[in-house]
Amino acid sequence: MAEPVASGRTAGAGARDFLERVGRRAAGGVEEFGVAGWLLGQSLFFLVLGRARRQPVRLPRVIAEMMQIGIAALPITTLLSVTIGLMLALQGIHTLETFGAESQIVIGVAFAVTREFAPLITGILVAGRSGSALAARIATMTINQEVDALRVMGVDPVRFLVVPSLVAALVMVPALTLWSAIVSQLAAGAWVQLDLGIGLPVYVHQTFEVLGTEDLLHGMTKSVIFAVLIVLIAVVNGASVRGGAEGVGRRTTRTVVHCISAILITDMIFVWITTR
Amino acid sequence: MSRAIVEVEGLTVHYGSRRILDDVTLEVREGEILVIMGGSGSGKSTLLRHMMGLEIPTTGRVRVFGKDLSRLGRDEALDLRRRMGVAFQGGALFSSMTVGENIMLPLEELADLDEQTMRIMMRLKLELVDLAGFEDLMPSELSGGMAKRAAMARAIVMDPKILFCDEPSAGLDPAISSALDALILKLREALQMTIVVVTHELESAFDIADRIAVLDDGALLAVDAPDAIRHSPLEPIQNLIHRRPEVVPVDPHAYLRRLTGEA
Repeated sequence: MAEPVASGRTAGAGARDFLERVGRRAAGGVEEFGVAGWLLGQSLFFLVLGRARRQPVRLPRVIAEMMQIGIAALPITTLLSVTIGLMLALQGIHTLETFGAESQIVIGVAFAVTREFAPLITGILVAGRSGSALAARIATMTINQEVDALRVMGVDPVRFLVVPSLVAALVMVPALTLWSAIVSQLAAGAWVQLDLGIGLPVYVHQTFEVLGTEDLLHGMTKSVIFAVLIVLIAVVNGASVRGGAEGVGRRTTRTVVHCISAILITDMIFVWITTR
Repeated sequence: MSRAIVEVEGLTVHYGSRRILDDVTLEVREGEILVIMGGSGSGKSTLLRHMMGLEIPTTGRVRVFGKDLSRLGRDEALDLRRRMGVAFQGGALFSSMTVGENIMLPLEELADLDEQTMRIMMRLKLELVDLAGFEDLMPSELSGGMAKRAAMARAIVMDPKILFCDEPSAGLDPAISSALDALILKLREALQMTIVVVTHELESAFDIADRIAVLDDGALLAVDAPDAIRHSPLEPIQNLIHRRPEVVPVDPHAYLRRLTGEA
C-alpha cells in the first residue's frame, strides 16, 4: 500500500516543480522585457537630456563603437553578401529555367535581397559579432565590479556603456544592410552576365526599375529594429550574469541565440504586418 | 565629537529567506577611519554596499552627508557620488584602458577640465599612491598590490570627502598588506578624508582604525576603539580575534597506503 501513495506524491511534486519552473521562467522573461524597456527609456533620456543633466554621451565612445560594429564588420559582410548574391542567382536561374523565364531573375534577386536577405544576414552577423562581444564585455565588467565602480563614481552605466553601442548600432546596422544589398545584387548581376549574357549595366538598370522606395524602406526599417533588439538583448543578458567565467560564456551564448530568434520572429511579424 | 558623515539606522537585509544584516545601527564620523571587521559571510560587504548606495535598504535607513540614500533624485545622487570614492576588492580597473586612462575617467566624465589639467591631476594621484610612471601600463600588467594602489588613485582623483575600501589587503602578502595600510593612513593625512575600510584581516584593522565595528552573522556586536575591541568581554569578539585555522590531523603513512591500495 505504501508504494502507490509514494509514487502518487512524487508525481504530484514533480508536476508542482514543473509548474514552478515554468512560472519562474515566464516571470523571468517578463522581467527581462521590462528591463529592456527601461534600458531603452533611459537611453533616450540620456540622448535627449544627458548634456543638460551633466551626463553627456561622449562622441569618441560612439565612434569607437561604430568602428567595432560597422567598419570592422565590412570584410565579413562583403564576403557573405557576395555568397548570398551568387547563391540566389544560381538557385533563381535553375528554378526559372523550368518556366523558361530565366531573364526574370533580376526581379527575384532584387526583392529577396533588399527586403529580406540583406537585413537578415546583416542582423545575424552583427548579433554574432557585436551582440556577443557586448554581452561578454558587460558580463565581465559586472563580475569584476567595474559596473559598480562606474555607479559609485557617478557615471551612469547606461549612459557610458549602453547608449554609445545603441547609437552606433542604429547608424551602422542600416549602413551595413545597405552595403550588403548593393554587394549581393552586384554579385548576382555578375553571375547573370556570365550565365545568361545579360550585361551588368543592364542588370543594374533593371534592378532600379523594379525596386521602389518602399522596398528599400522595408529593409532599412527592419535593420533599425534589429539594431535595437541586438543591443538590448546583449545588455540585458550581460548585466544579469551570475557566476564567473562560466557565467559569462553562458550569457554570451544566450545572447546570440536570443538575438537570432528575436530577429527571425520580428522579421516574420514585420512581413506579416506590411504585406496585409 | 565630529559630525556623522554616514548614518546607518536599523538596517536589516534579507536575500531570499537568508538574513544578511540584522538591525544594524552605526555612524561614521568625519575624519575618522572606521574599520568594519568580521568573518566571511558576516555581512560586512553588504553593509558597505548599502553605505555606498549600491543597494537601497528596504528596512532601515542609510544617510550620507545627511541625505537619505533611498530618497535621492538623479541629480542629488550624482552630487553625492562625486563626494565619494571607492576602492573595490579586486581593483575594478577597466581592463580595456591604461592605468592613466582609468584614473582620468572620473575627471573626463564628471569634471570640466582640459586634457593637460587632467593629466597633471592623474600624475599627482599616482605619485601619492607610489605608482608614478605607471600610467601607460594596462591593468593586466600590474601586480595585485599595484592594482589596488591604482584603484585607490582612481578613487581619490576627484578629492572625495569619504573613501570606502573593500578588503584592501585581501590576497596580498603581509609586507604589501602593511604597505597598503600605511597608504590608507597617508591618504587620510594628506587629503583629510573620512575612510571606511571593510576587512577580515585583524592586524590591518587594529593598525589603521580609529574605531572598529565588529559584525557577526549579520549582527553588529560592538563599535569601539581598537583597544576596547581587543579587550572586549564578548565571547564572539574574542573568538574572532583569537581564531586559528582548524588543524586536521593527517597520518602521511596511512594516506600513502590508501593511495597505493595497501590499506
